[in-house]
Amino acid sequence: MSRDGHEVAVRVRGLRKAFGAKTVLDGIDLEVRRGEFFALLGPSGTGKTTLLRVLAGLERPDAGTVLTAPRVTTVYQEPRLVVARRVLANVTLGLPRSERDKGSRMLAEVGLGGRERAWPATLSGGEAQRVALARALVRDPQVLLLDEPFAALDALTRLQAQDLVAELCARHRPAVVLVTHDVDEAVRLADRVAVLDDGAFVVDRAIDLPRPRGAASTASDPAVLEHRRELLTRLGVLPASDRVTPPSGRSGLTSDRGVIA
Amino acid sequence: MTAEIVPDAGTVRRRPAEGTADGLRTPPWLGRRRRRPAISLALRASVPLALLVAWWWGASSGRISPDVLAGPGAVLSALRELASTGQLADYVLASARRVALGVLVGCGAGLVLGAVAGLSALGEELVDLTLQMKRAVPFLALVPLFISWFGVGETFKIALIAVAAFAPMYAYVYLGVRGVDRKVVEAARGFGLRGPRLALSVVLPSALPSVLMALRISLSVSLTGLIAAEQLGATEGIGYLVTLAQQYYRNDYMVLCILIYALLGLLIDLAIRGLERLATPWRGQVTAR
Repeated sequence: MSRDGHEVAVRVRGLRKAFGAKTVLDGIDLEVRRGEFFALLGPSGTGKTTLLRVLAGLERPDAGTVLTAPRVTTVYQEPRLVVARRVLANVTLGLPRSERDKGSRMLAEVGLGGRERAWPATLSGGEAQRVALARALVRDPQVLLLDEPFAALDALTRLQAQDLVAELCARHRPAVVLVTHDVDEAVRLADRVAVLDDGAFVVDRAIDLPRPRGAASTASDPAVLEHRRELLTRLGVLPASDRVTPPSGRSGLTSDRGVIA
Repeated sequence: MTAEIVPDAGTVRRRPAEGTADGLRTPPWLGRRRRRPAISLALRASVPLALLVAWWWGASSGRISPDVLAGPGAVLSALRELASTGQLADYVLASARRVALGVLVGCGAGLVLGAVAGLSALGEELVDLTLQMKRAVPFLALVPLFISWFGVGETFKIALIAVAAFAPMYAYVYLGVRGVDRKVVEAARGFGLRGPRLALSVVLPSALPSVLMALRISLSVSLTGLIAAEQLGATEGIGYLVTLAQQYYRNDYMVLCILIYALLGLLIDLAIRGLERLATPWRGQVTAR
């Protein structure tokens, strides 16, 4: 699949979007290639999700060009499953019956083999989110949009889900745009991390770390710590060496795992 | 194990949008389509207006016989005739009074019993089965019994309308109360809210959309009850007008009655929409973020 390694799947030029008097995106340029994992960080209300919604066709840009490859799928913060349909029917939602086997295989890939006939209400939060991931990947997306998909999961489930997403994205090689508040998550998963502030990217840097990036090994990696330190500073959070306790006012920006001293 | 990939297989078909050389295109719009209010209003009015024009054209060109359907001219003169004697206003007022009283009693009872059945297991056990059976009895089947109890006076009429209005109110309030988010109710219980306070400050406000929906249906059902009630022992009212038209075979009056009912239905709908806007201001503010 190296043939699509250089294919551009998302191209945004001069994107502007305002809600009333508030300009949340002001001249954004972005290019994401197939197989590339792009993470977008930023404080709440800076337009990260708006950018994602523009890419998904759920929000109209006020100015600029937005181009994506034709097959775009999204995983949201909540699983957004149809409660009245079984797990497999949710995965193959809107697909022909002949795709059911592919749906089952995808469920096995996310670790839910054999759960085809379960009802969404009987799943745990992590399981439901894995079904949502299977539903997005079974469509063989060229672009995968992830809107804080791990935010509602508990810390342990989140680490497992991150590993799963990293593995599946490496295998299926969509262009990934991940929106997140979690600096550690961005550094663990992404090839490139950008910070959005005041409608523009204030940081856009490559993360050249070897994969797989296990949670335990990256925690103490000096390169990871350096990335982490810079991103947190850019987000207005002083790193651990400069202050003892994380600031309480913007605690949403630190990870749940606290600050590594 | 990789699901080997056939390009485009298993993809939701999307409308083609303008593409570029490298296969990229503008994302197709998946959000809600919004029309300007003026255009929306024009679209809403277009079908009734087209029907009116077809009626007028059919009557004036002689394609519709006056015996089948009186023309707009005949209906207008019937309206003028009734309005000039003051009968129309009296009739509408008399009917409105009956509907108002009947709906007040019927919907009040439906609201209380629906809330009781929806809120407490004991209430549901005591009330629901009986009322489901009662709901299966068409209210028109109660006419002879009600006449033997109340005679054909005002009490009979209001009781019949009340019974008609009760059924949908009970059913929708029960469903609405049952549908309130259990997690919110649990949280409110945790803050010490119980019984009537829980019902009034949490459950019923959350069920308000269902209550208003019930009111809308109750009002239109009560118009049916009104015709049935005013066919017996009435000397005024819109239902009485229907009876008169039938007795004297006055096609213009029949059509006039239908138009009055249609207009009443429209007014009821507008009133409820206004009420919805006032009573449930949180709706329509939902954003999908």
